[in-house]
Amino acid sequence: MQLILEKRAQASHFMHFASPLLAISLTVLLGGVIFSAMGQPPLTALYIYFVDPLTSLWAIEEVLVKAAPLVLIGVGLSITFRANVWNIGAEGQLTAGAILGAIIPIFFAQWQSPLALITMLALGMLGGAMLAAIPALLKTRFGVNEILTSLMLVYVAQLLLDWIIRGPWKDPHGYNFPKSVAFDGWHLIPTYGDGRVHMGLIIALLAALILYWLMTRTIKGFEVRVIGSAPRAGAFAGFSQTKMVWFCFLLSGALAGLAGIIEVAGPIGQLQPHISPNYGFTAIIVAFLGRLNPIGVIFAGLLLAISYIGGEGVQIELGISDKTAQVFQGMLLFFILMCDTLIHYRVRLLKPQGGAL
Amino acid sequence: MSAYEAIILTVITASTPLLLAAIGELVVERSGVLNLGIEGMMVMGAVSGFAIAQVTGSAWLGVLMAMFAGIAMSLLFAFMTQTLVANQVATGLSITLLGLGLSGLIGSSFVGMPGLKLGYLNIPGLSDLPVVGKLVFGQDPLVYISIALTIGVAYVLKRTRIGLIIRAVGQNHDSAHALGYPVIKVRYACIAFGGMTSGLAGAYLSLVYTPQWIENMTAGRGWIALALVVFSTWLPGRLAAGAYLFGGVWILGLYAQGMGLGIPSQLLSSLPYVATILALIVISTNRRLSVINTPASLGQGFVPDR
Amino acid sequence: MSISNPSKSATSVLLEVHALTKKFGDFAANKGVNLVLEAGKIHALLGENGAGKSTLVKMIYGALQPTSGRIVWQGKELHIDNPAAARELGIGMVFQHFSLFEALTVAENISLALPAQLRNKDLNHRIASLSKDYGLPLNPDALVADLSVGERQRIEIVRCLLQEPRLLIMDEPTAVLTPQEAEALFATLNRLTNEGCAVLYISHRLEEVKQLCHDATILRHGEVVAQLDPQQETAATLAQHMVGTSVHQISRQSADNIGDVLLELQNLNQYSDTPFGVDLLGINLQVRSGEIVSIAGIAGNGQGELFAAISGETVNADRDAVTIQTMPCGQLGINARRQLQSAFVPEERNGHAAVGEFSLTENILLSHHAVRDGEVAVQNGWSGINRAELARINQHVSDTYDVRSASVDAEAGSLSGGNLQKFVVGRELDRKPKVLVINQPTWGVDAGAAALIRQVLIDLSRQGSAILVISQDLDEIFELSDRIAVISRGQLSAAYGASDMTREEIGLLMSGAHEKANLIQDQTGGI
Repeated sequence: MQLILEKRAQASHFMHFASPLLAISLTVLLGGVIFSAMGQPPLTALYIYFVDPLTSLWAIEEVLVKAAPLVLIGVGLSITFRANVWNIGAEGQLTAGAILGAIIPIFFAQWQSPLALITMLALGMLGGAMLAAIPALLKTRFGVNEILTSLMLVYVAQLLLDWIIRGPWKDPHGYNFPKSVAFDGWHLIPTYGDGRVHMGLIIALLAALILYWLMTRTIKGFEVRVIGSAPRAGAFAGFSQTKMVWFCFLLSGALAGLAGIIEVAGPIGQLQPHISPNYGFTAIIVAFLGRLNPIGVIFAGLLLAISYIGGEGVQIELGISDKTAQVFQGMLLFFILMCDTLIHYRVRLLKPQGGAL
Repeated sequence: MSAYEAIILTVITASTPLLLAAIGELVVERSGVLNLGIEGMMVMGAVSGFAIAQVTGSAWLGVLMAMFAGIAMSLLFAFMTQTLVANQVATGLSITLLGLGLSGLIGSSFVGMPGLKLGYLNIPGLSDLPVVGKLVFGQDPLVYISIALTIGVAYVLKRTRIGLIIRAVGQNHDSAHALGYPVIKVRYACIAFGGMTSGLAGAYLSLVYTPQWIENMTAGRGWIALALVVFSTWLPGRLAAGAYLFGGVWILGLYAQGMGLGIPSQLLSSLPYVATILALIVISTNRRLSVINTPASLGQGFVPDR
Repeated sequence: MSISNPSKSATSVLLEVHALTKKFGDFAANKGVNLVLEAGKIHALLGENGAGKSTLVKMIYGALQPTSGRIVWQGKELHIDNPAAARELGIGMVFQHFSLFEALTVAENISLALPAQLRNKDLNHRIASLSKDYGLPLNPDALVADLSVGERQRIEIVRCLLQEPRLLIMDEPTAVLTPQEAEALFATLNRLTNEGCAVLYISHRLEEVKQLCHDATILRHGEVVAQLDPQQETAATLAQHMVGTSVHQISRQSADNIGDVLLELQNLNQYSDTPFGVDLLGINLQVRSGEIVSIAGIAGNGQGELFAAISGETVNADRDAVTIQTMPCGQLGINARRQLQSAFVPEERNGHAAVGEFSLTENILLSHHAVRDGEVAVQNGWSGINRAELARINQHVSDTYDVRSASVDAEAGSLSGGNLQKFVVGRELDRKPKVLVINQPTWGVDAGAAALIRQVLIDLSRQGSAILVISQDLDEIFELSDRIAVISRGQLSAAYGASDMTREEIGLLMSGAHEKANLIQDQTGGI
């Protein structure tokens, strides 16, 4: 028996939407198998993992808090990947945004006004875009592979954060803990009521809607899709590959930087060595699960946020390593790529040759 | 042992995992496949090697298991990209993310345990020779394996029929298919070889370099190995030179930290990553060399008509 | 070397194919095909694009497995599992799109196609002596990337000859040769048949089939529609068998309204930025209102580069290198040139002229999004897309140019080659361009579509547009052109009146009679 692919005449619209659902089902199924292999009751564990995060107000709030950066970074990446540009250093751009944005609360603590917050957000975007500009420059100027350079810069940005927070930016009254001063007043993102959900969620949703409009209604969005699908057709249409690389890196870098400053000015409230549980990498999964479509990214961001909370849930209630979240996320990306084959191909089992003639 | 000798020895230990991972990826890319999952295969090799060594008490069984784990991960990649023609970049990323997660899960119970270490070669007489004794006859076995693999790969690619077929498949899969070569099978085999050496590289980290299990202990070495392959312009000799150069940079950072020069340790730790970027820029300036050696089908999926 | 086949009788049947059928899904590419090949004879396999010729020969060569039917080789029924098995039997094949590896040497390329017993130390020596014996000189250590198209075909032929083939399959071998090179090939084939080898010869050049072949089988829609003696037929009757109806004749009045120069190339130099590309050197050409000028040439002599340089896909350093409608535009991009009422049709339909995964409507936008003269006048990347307008243009193109698709807004990639080409040409002509540059206008399309496209090109020129056609097909060139120039190794000859040119003269120019050595010198000195 042999598995063979048959190309469909046209891409299947049904599979386009069914594929993520199929991937989620497969992940849940295999997740159950893994739980039982770890000696856990699979159904209970799956319930704790996927359903519990939606049953209490506290947990739903946490899901939304985690979804905000995932959606924000994910929409940027969805467009970048669409254009066949591979920025996989969003985690570093997030860090750079957090560092640059934190200049205001750390060095201008007295400047308390809404404008201060807006400046922080703008600086965050600038920081992310600046770091993302490096792979863009190297790609367009020297033809250096952007995957490797953007990834290498993640380590550099994280080490930079580590250094400033243990050195020059350390809170002088912080008992030598590697932390900056705590942000306060207009240096924090406003939250809804007393809860943890903050303005960042609105910003993320807004970004998704704007980019959805861009992709479906404007020539710019058309340009992204043409260059991603057929670069030579892009040249024929007069679109510049070089400008597209810059556009994608600056856009996705700025959004990742924005997510970074929102994290430190929101749920965390100060600069510290670890500011993100790999949001920048998980957002890659979000982008693919969301069909590289900004609206799809919103739903995918929510699902991946659940996977974080669910991971914490099984750790607390069943005592399993919180690494389960990362495993589930990896499986999800794996299955979504697998199911996407069905959009363009029919899969058939071929019986061994012999009776054929 | 002189300080000079000690530095060379540590450079070799820092370089060997890079060389192991990169030599496999070189073969994979020569066959026209881009596997970005090295980091994931490597870290799975590290954790499973460590785990089996702990459980059985045999470091060699650990090495064997690490190779097996690397191959298993790589076959997942091969199934996705060769059989299902999924996007190679995205699939490679998913292998890395999956590997980092799964290794953390498997390794959670081994964190902090003292580990087993693979012994050094010791040939009475030879290993005690002055100057060259330790260097030539006193390394751990995986160092010799990595060098043998490099020479072997160079020989096979350049001199043998199998190597010619691998290069042909990577150059132009349509022509290779038209001539009747099994493109997908060749690629499966190359990917599995890459998985094996990545697993070995992982085992080197957890059974030789720092004989214990630390989460994410590969620390980006898989990615540096990928950069090394580009840097080598797909030539094994240059690859080995590059790997030792990078090992040197890695150790330079560590030594400079130990000497207390007042340079922030983070700056020194970032050296290998910065050096990788610089190396990629340098090699990109020689366009002709890169273009001619680049496997022309690199990263493209292949679906035969039937 | 000699192919020893002493038992060369009048009817020594080598290969029989009985009721061979091949299905891809529900589509039958071959239906019950019968074919008999005899030793010592050249058998032509004729048919339009998509008639199933390639499918049939791939089954004989073992590259595809039949769904049903029998293959009998020298009286024995057998399965040919793969090309290696076919080669063991003595079946060799020269592919239309060569199965060569650019970064490997000639010897490595040949070795890849040889059975184990023939690969040994003195392979290089045998390649050299055999190629010399047959008048096909080759250097075994040369990199394929550095060879011309004709030399590459020699590799394919020598690689077959080394196996002492009983049957040689040739797929459109003369498509890439100059007329002189083609004559040399015919001599080789005649020598092979005299030595007892059978040849299965695929071609769409009916004149050469008449000249060369002993028998012919004609396929249409996957079925055999005729088996005949080509010597007894005319090119017209052969064509009629292939197409099924009589072929539409193109009407062409003489060009009597030649006007101003609308497209001018002046000392156009463009250096390739990839090692395998072709540099364009000192190209001069004028195309006037009301005329069609064609550029002939063997593939890979700079046609793609020239198209990109004229269209603005690659921008030149010299603004005067390209002038459209009196406006020097060498430094302008493709959209700025489109705004000078010019239009461009690249060679590759799917992936260059159109995006296969996009709907036809979206493909309209590809070349209409930034043109002032078009109806969808969009200057700014951030402004909206007028979908209703695009759909209207698409409907109009599809009606006017007879574009047949499953739905009016189908994915471009789902259209047949001929229909997609009609769409692409129609999309550009819908803008009523004053200057049209078209690369390989009817490459790989069916006869009906080819006739339609050639007719609309002639009609457009007679309405006062300047048209530049780049083509490898000499029949097409003679059918369309008022003047003809020839490109070889990035240099363009002068343009001569079409009625003054013969195939032989074009052939000489194709092999570089007009090239200036000093330019080549400059080129190598410049690196």
